[in-house]
Amino acid sequence: MEKIIVCIKGVPKPGSIKVDPETHTLKRESMELILNPNDRPALEMALRLKNTYNTEVVVISMGPPNVIPLLKYTYALGADQIILLSDRAFAGSDTLATSYVLAKAIEKLSPFSLVLMGLKSIDGETAQVPPETASLLGIPSLTNVKDLFMERGKWIAIREMDYGEEEIEVTPPIVASVSPLAFDYIRPPSLKRLLEVKTKEPLICQVKDLNLDPQRLGLQGSPTQVIEVFEKKIETKGLVLEGSPEELVEKLIEILKDKGLIKF
Amino acid sequence: MMLKYPFTEEQNTLIDLVTQIGEEYIKPYALKWDEEETYDERPIKALADADLFGIIIPQEYGGLGWGSFEMCLAVEKLSYYCAGITTIYAASFLGSYPIILFGNEEQKKKYLPEIAKGKKICAFSLTEPQAGSDAFAIKTIAKKEKDYYILNGMKHFITNGGIADIYIVIAMTDPAKGARGASAFIVEKNDPGFSVGKKEKKLGLRASVTTELFFNDCKIPKDRLLGKEGMGFIIALKTLDFGRCGVGAQALGIAQAAMEVSLKHATSRIQFGQPIYNFQAVSHTFAEMAIKIEAARALVYNATKYIDSGAKDISGISSIVKCFASDVAMWVTERAIQMMGGFGYMRDYPVQKYFRDAKCLQIYEGTNEIQRNIIARELIKYYK
Repeated sequence: MEKIIVCIKGVPKPGSIKVDPETHTLKRESMELILNPNDRPALEMALRLKNTYNTEVVVISMGPPNVIPLLKYTYALGADQIILLSDRAFAGSDTLATSYVLAKAIEKLSPFSLVLMGLKSIDGETAQVPPETASLLGIPSLTNVKDLFMERGKWIAIREMDYGEEEIEVTPPIVASVSPLAFDYIRPPSLKRLLEVKTKEPLICQVKDLNLDPQRLGLQGSPTQVIEVFEKKIETKGLVLEGSPEELVEKLIEILKDKGLIKF
Repeated sequence: MMLKYPFTEEQNTLIDLVTQIGEEYIKPYALKWDEEETYDERPIKALADADLFGIIIPQEYGGLGWGSFEMCLAVEKLSYYCAGITTIYAASFLGSYPIILFGNEEQKKKYLPEIAKGKKICAFSLTEPQAGSDAFAIKTIAKKEKDYYILNGMKHFITNGGIADIYIVIAMTDPAKGARGASAFIVEKNDPGFSVGKKEKKLGLRASVTTELFFNDCKIPKDRLLGKEGMGFIIALKTLDFGRCGVGAQALGIAQAAMEVSLKHATSRIQFGQPIYNFQAVSHTFAEMAIKIEAARALVYNATKYIDSGAKDISGISSIVKCFASDVAMWVTERAIQMMGGFGYMRDYPVQKYFRDAKCLQIYEGTNEIQRNIIARELIKYYK
């Protein structure tokens, strides 16, 4: 089997989000980032497959340099190689521009048997990057996969559906997004590898290393235009009724009737 | 903690990792495991995947080659989340010390790498129904026949019984010689004639498993003997010398958790128009908790550093650590319940669990009364 590539994303730590007022995109470089929680099952699946098929796991991430600690964390989990795709030109990329960069980087890592990603990020929540990347690579895409194994040179995937499961046989290489509920146990990092990775740095790839078309990068390569980002405020108004207990009951019954909550 | 210790970068990495495991794999489930008295293998698997079973295993056998100090840091931080899980973890160290300290090259090569990876869990089996504090009264017999030893007898109150893969068993090879007639053996879980008895129902440490062990013509190859025939009690006592500081570390974690939970209550619980912490009877109790915990921690840390320096005379100091820290944990957890009043008594809150867990620390690995015997015996050697 050829190598397994896992794409991960640094997402803002909930509660620490800052939005660029000009572009309406997230200011990732100044935020405290955490590993997208949905990427943990993808990494776990990759590492279990690594164990079973004795293959190499390469983890890549597109983002600012503050993603490096997250990549190092995946090394401590058991990844063999970590790569950061980082360039000022990537800033403001939507899912399409991101998928383009990822697809180009994945192409450079050929041959590979499998690309795994989390189902969706907890910030964007689009779930678009895995299928878009597959499409740009021209290979099959499977979403919400909970189990994956090889049989006679083909991937057998179990997909979680709204009403049950689906089993699919597909020829490698493929891109699969992993169900957040795929595992009831996900490994912690290894202490030995945490100590080892202190002196390791990820390979960093920029625009020039990947032969990228500048028109397809960043804001100008992103058909998604964010008009506004705002915090949803839910305002509730209180109502104070006054009078004797009997009057209050009457008034309350009227209000509840008006709202159609009770019938008399 | 008020007293900040200058940990190395590696020790800080260890502490962060244990804390992550505690938060993620233990904290959400600890009260459930306690309530249902169930063993969940996931936290143990997490500790194994994190290399944490390898802390004291020498590097040449796949471990980290660290000492008692680092082991105690891990045990302390883990006990903060659940002393039951820590009992499984620390008891496995107790079962691996005999191999580290007394195993020959073949035995070390065969067992230590898998222990370091957490693929094999260990148990230390000394206690028998009629041989508790009087450990020399054990009756389990090991008879040599050609290339084998045949074991007959039983052990009870054995931590990790049934979940362990490797059992260090102390048995009599020559009963006529008394204490010098005991030997230590490595028994594997699938050895013929070996079986596990009933699981005990316990007051605390309910996430851990304690069982009886039976040896019914249990046949093991002769190369499973640790050290030499007759060294059984030397091996057992030396192992306990090393293990006792682990109990002290466990006590620190429990006491710290009990203080934090009850302190949070005392500073937010309003009675008579103000937080109850404002009342001196309450705040002085917390001051006393802090004094005792800091003193116990200083003792555990200093004693383990002394052990790691290669000191030989560690019986007395490791008994002092075990005795003092576990008595502190008992006192702190009892007071923590009192400081929370009715809330402390309810099983929705964890302090009653800490209290029940702490009780065992005064009993296992030698009761605190036996520890005082050891301390008194050792003391005389220093002031002849």
